[in-house]
Amino acid sequence: MSALEPTTPSASKRAGWAWRPFALTAPALLLLVAVLGYPLLTIVLRSLSEPQWGAQNYVWFFGTPVNLTVLQRTFVISAWVTAVCVICAYPYAYLMTAVGPRVRLALVLCVLIPFWVSGVVRTLSWVILLQDSGVINSLLRSAGFDGVRLIRTQTGVVIGMAQVLLPFMILPLYSVMRGIDLRLMRAAQSLGARPLRAFFTVYLPLSLPGVYAGAIIVFILALGFYITPALLGGPRSTMLSTLVQTQVLSLLQWGRGGAMGVVLLVTTFVLLALAAPVMRSRHREAGRR
Amino acid sequence: MNQRPENRGAAIDLDTVSKAYGSFKALDAVSLHIKPGEFMTLLGPSGSGKTTTLNVIAGFTDATSGELLVGGKSVVGVPAHKRNIGVVFQHYALFPHMTVGRNVAYPLALRGVTGAERERRVRQALDMVKMADFAHRYPSELSGGQQQRVALARAIVFDPPLLLMDEPLGALDKKLREWLQLEIKRIHRELGTTFVYVTHDQEEALVLSDRIAVFNRGGIEQIGTGRELYDEPATLFVGKFIGDSTVLRGQAATSGDETALAISGQTVVTDKRLANGGRPVMLLRPEKLALAPRGAADAGRNRLAGRVGEAIYLGSGSKYEVVLADGSKAIVRSTLEAQSFAIGDEVDLLFAGRDVKLLADDDKADLTLT
Amino acid sequence: MEMKPFTRVVLGLVCLLVAIWLVAPTLVVVPMSFNENKSLAFPPQGFSWQWYQNFFTNPDWTSSFLNSLKVASIVAVLATVLGTLAAFGLDRMRARPANMLRMLMLTPMVVPGVVLAIGIYAVYLDAHLVGTLTGFVLAHTILALPFVLIAVSANLEVFDRRLETAAASLGAGALTTFRTVTLPLILPGMLSGLLFAFATSFDEIVVSLFITNPYLKTLPVQIYSSITRDADPTVAAVGTILLCATTLLIGGGMLLLGRERKGRP
Repeated sequence: MSALEPTTPSASKRAGWAWRPFALTAPALLLLVAVLGYPLLTIVLRSLSEPQWGAQNYVWFFGTPVNLTVLQRTFVISAWVTAVCVICAYPYAYLMTAVGPRVRLALVLCVLIPFWVSGVVRTLSWVILLQDSGVINSLLRSAGFDGVRLIRTQTGVVIGMAQVLLPFMILPLYSVMRGIDLRLMRAAQSLGARPLRAFFTVYLPLSLPGVYAGAIIVFILALGFYITPALLGGPRSTMLSTLVQTQVLSLLQWGRGGAMGVVLLVTTFVLLALAAPVMRSRHREAGRR
Repeated sequence: MNQRPENRGAAIDLDTVSKAYGSFKALDAVSLHIKPGEFMTLLGPSGSGKTTTLNVIAGFTDATSGELLVGGKSVVGVPAHKRNIGVVFQHYALFPHMTVGRNVAYPLALRGVTGAERERRVRQALDMVKMADFAHRYPSELSGGQQQRVALARAIVFDPPLLLMDEPLGALDKKLREWLQLEIKRIHRELGTTFVYVTHDQEEALVLSDRIAVFNRGGIEQIGTGRELYDEPATLFVGKFIGDSTVLRGQAATSGDETALAISGQTVVTDKRLANGGRPVMLLRPEKLALAPRGAADAGRNRLAGRVGEAIYLGSGSKYEVVLADGSKAIVRSTLEAQSFAIGDEVDLLFAGRDVKLLADDDKADLTLT
Repeated sequence: MEMKPFTRVVLGLVCLLVAIWLVAPTLVVVPMSFNENKSLAFPPQGFSWQWYQNFFTNPDWTSSFLNSLKVASIVAVLATVLGTLAAFGLDRMRARPANMLRMLMLTPMVVPGVVLAIGIYAVYLDAHLVGTLTGFVLAHTILALPFVLIAVSANLEVFDRRLETAAASLGAGALTTFRTVTLPLILPGMLSGLLFAFATSFDEIVVSLFITNPYLKTLPVQIYSSITRDADPTVAAVGTILLCATTLLIGGGMLLLGRERKGRP
């Protein structure tokens, strides 16, 4: 309507003010260029120039079966972690919307507590729990499952990573679910849909933007995971990050390590670029309730 | 603040003020004189320029050209915070992190008023809007009407010579709005400050104002008291915007001092003629129109055949919408004593030629009414 | 939506399991920290304070702890200042450049840690920043910046700029308006940004592992090398101490916030 809006000052003043927003962002941008842009550029250059100019490092990477195995494994583990997170987070986030404020606070705290604790310490906890003499194996042994190996296996890595990443799945899901008008479910039921059908035809589609958003975040973060696989995994569950670290720190192969890093980086950005339009349109839909 | 007001308000003069956003002219050479202590309402549909005018006076927007005097002094180029003008916003704009008391004290603190004097003036301002008991509450703990009264107190506490109000009651329900209108009128009387009030609600404008400036498409159509605007609209737009009205269009013929309009084979006549040329149309107020059963004789008055399209019982009388032969609609208000009609009744619309307002047609008058 | 009791019970049980899975592993360090033996085997044997004593007396642990505090404090301030300025800039920019710059500034969140780490390591080797306070602060600030930006931007989004207009109409100049109206209203965002930035730096491990050297280690680096080197329950003691400290901090913060929120919308 005709509310007083903070309008722009006159044209002459505006010319003097236009640069200010950019000036305000300049210090952060400068730091970003120096400590993010320049290092990434360095890595790209090294992957193309060491030991000599050319694509030899990429040829080596894609021509070595071990590397491809690790690349594939990285994707598989990330996919598993994402799946576990979706399955666990969905009912959890739903319950958060359906309970009273007190229970909700408790549920939120359970999600946030892992954030309070140092990531390294959390992984240490999993080392303690999953080791051969650990709690879970003792429980399994007393239940009759002997000789189950968890530490230094993919299963162990997935369990540990999923726990670390679960909050990143729950929070976006919750924020979308909170916005879903529950009267729509009543409307669906009043129109003759049984509760389960109402859920699958109304609630689930409306909550999908949250699932997408969370899944993308979890998958991308999982791809680059380093500490958890390094501590919980063994040689048969090595992920790409560990390989990069080995090339650079142990073998001093900057070119090869850089090429691996670039592959990881490009994969991440391609995934983000693919996901962005989907998420944006879904978000708009969800906002139109 | 509690002594008799002796015209402590400032006069305001806008002289050919224009405001352009690119090629769009939000204000086109607007001139307006507001007397000290006057309650002036800027009335118009949205986008008509009334809020832009207020923004220019407050200093939130700089005019592209023109002169603006407040209290006889030019304030062009003076930033908003140095103008010493009180503003009440549509959405209250109370600082959420301050209590009511601190909100009201805020302009005093900026002016170096401290200690007991500040306390006293805050209390006085809150007393005036009857919110003294709420000084320690936060805005979020108040209802919309209470928040708006605090906003009013905050805008008057520093004794500005001019108070601007931008649709301050727009977000409130009808009952509350009507009550606050009377409160604002009382405060205006007690303060003697010049009030400039923006609204799109013509009833609100009639209740509050000494004078009303009717805005349309970036310019002022007419300035006058509510009675002047209702009885003697200068343009078709004003006639239609203020109050209910019936507009008759037809083939016009002028002879001497008389103008006749032929509408679907019937002719109506008035003893007036259009001074400035243009296509004449007739504008009639609902209470100047009467209904009679079709064919009932009533010589000496204009007569148009029609059919009752809608009949509304109002308690104090009835309101009819009559569909005329050319498809146009007439609005008639009748008293309780008058004969009543039902939907579908064939009737004659009767009116005296001297009650007609003869105005120049303006096809854009309809478009801007939303 | 009304749920059948059966559905409710099943849902509740599933969520209880998820909640346990989320929280319980974190707590396992508590009993381990009182172990009598130098072992991380579960269950712990006996009871002793020796690992806490070790943490407070062993210079490896104390110095890395102090380093982390120092780095995280500087990073928190630096990232909050830079992030708040940037958030303001983006808020007052046209939508298109603002969105592009915002995406750019959030990239540190999605760049895989190891890739960023080897890049920074490569640059730091040339610039002689490996194992320096400056090196740690710069790297961690980049990683903390997005959190500040998000927190302050979220606050600016709900900030009603008409309040600034109102302050001007009441006689406040640009600086006074910022000090008395804008700043107090975005302070919560800045504080949570500050907290996030501190936590991000205090917890950062991947980049730190690369840019550390024997002269400057942060606590996560020390913990990591302790875990990989031997089964020293001191890490469990550290974990317990951190757990208690953050719980106290956040609990206190929530109490404070709860008291202050009275009267806020």
